[in-house]
Amino acid sequence: MSDQLQLYEVFIRSSRGLDHKHVGSLHADDAHQALEYARDVYTRRGEGISIWVVASRDITASQESDCDSFYDPLDDKPYRHAAMYELPEGIDSL
Amino acid sequence: MRDNMSLVGNEEKFQSKVDAEEKVEPKDWMPEKYRQNLIRQISQHAHSEVIGEQPEGNWISRAPTLERKAILMAKVQDEAGHGLYLYAAAETLGITRDELIDRLHTGASKYASIFNYPSLTWADIGAIGWLVDSAAIVNQVSLQNTSYGPYARAMVKICKEESFHQRQGYNIMMTLMQGAELQRDMAQDALNRWWWPSLMMFGPHDAESAHSAQSMKWKIKRRSNDELRQQFVDQAVQQAQAIGLVVPDTDLVWNEQRGHYDFGAIDWEEFQRVVSGNGPCNRQRLAHHVSAHKEGAWVREAMAAYESKRRAVPAEVA
Repeated sequence: MSDQLQLYEVFIRSSRGLDHKHVGSLHADDAHQALEYARDVYTRRGEGISIWVVASRDITASQESDCDSFYDPLDDKPYRHAAMYELPEGIDSL
Repeated sequence: MRDNMSLVGNEEKFQSKVDAEEKVEPKDWMPEKYRQNLIRQISQHAHSEVIGEQPEGNWISRAPTLERKAILMAKVQDEAGHGLYLYAAAETLGITRDELIDRLHTGASKYASIFNYPSLTWADIGAIGWLVDSAAIVNQVSLQNTSYGPYARAMVKICKEESFHQRQGYNIMMTLMQGAELQRDMAQDALNRWWWPSLMMFGPHDAESAHSAQSMKWKIKRRSNDELRQQFVDQAVQQAQAIGLVVPDTDLVWNEQRGHYDFGAIDWEEFQRVVSGNGPCNRQRLAHHVSAHKEGAWVREAMAAYESKRRAVPAEVA
């Protein structure tokens, strides 16, 4: 693998109305080439109607090892869930 | 002439795509009026989420218990997030956040007029969560199938998150109705004041709705104002009865034949008055948004200054 090739992450929208989903990555010289490679590698069987490629180095990611402190304040709020509130009998459309 | 022909061709293709229930995505060709119609509807929706924080925020500092306060803060926080999802969806149509906010401030863009009513007592927080959020959800569930992809996806996320909003409101009403006479009266009074404005949230009757026909054809709207309103009434009447509240409508009666409740006439003059800027709190709501936006300017400036300073410093030093 050449040193100059960059890593790209590939996202595919499988059909209209759905989000682009991460499907994998590949190496390419530039974004345009990455798009063509992505077409050849990831959509040979009509898996998608739209492709996004993003240089991996442009992605800023949270660290899983930091999970505890990063998400900590969100774990003690059961009242954000509908299931916490009981309904009277016969009422189910809320 | 050729341009004209291709435009007609594009519109036909667009309509058949919509008719086939295919979603429209940001980079697709779309009629200019479809784009404008969507910007109008999505931004109005976004503004409603944000302005709606005001009547509820009014009671955060006076919530009766610490738990109720935490719940209310969580709800208001959700509304801010929903505003963000919707502004972001509107921006995919080629309009900037600044333009959207500017249209709100100049009155060119509207928000749900129910938020121009005051939240006078704690029971109003119950009534808002129960009635206003229920009405919003009835509408939003149908919009999960709207033809514009980013709007539909925002709706899916919002509906999921909002399921607790109506329940916490109903729970407030239920708790009050199990309390002393004063508390029960307070709950009934809140229902009396919020019931009719909630019915107005669905907009004018189908025959009088200015944007409805085209929006239905483009599948921006999926169900008519009157259909959605009927569904809301059928649900809410049952919910009111279950906790001993009386819906303030003497014409309300179950119609066996239709399988729905018949209900009284809506005061459309009041609706027009509030929509056109003369409800109880219109000026206050807008003035508050304008001043909050102005007072927040230094934060945006400080962030921009920090960012440009950070960029100016070479990476090794930073």
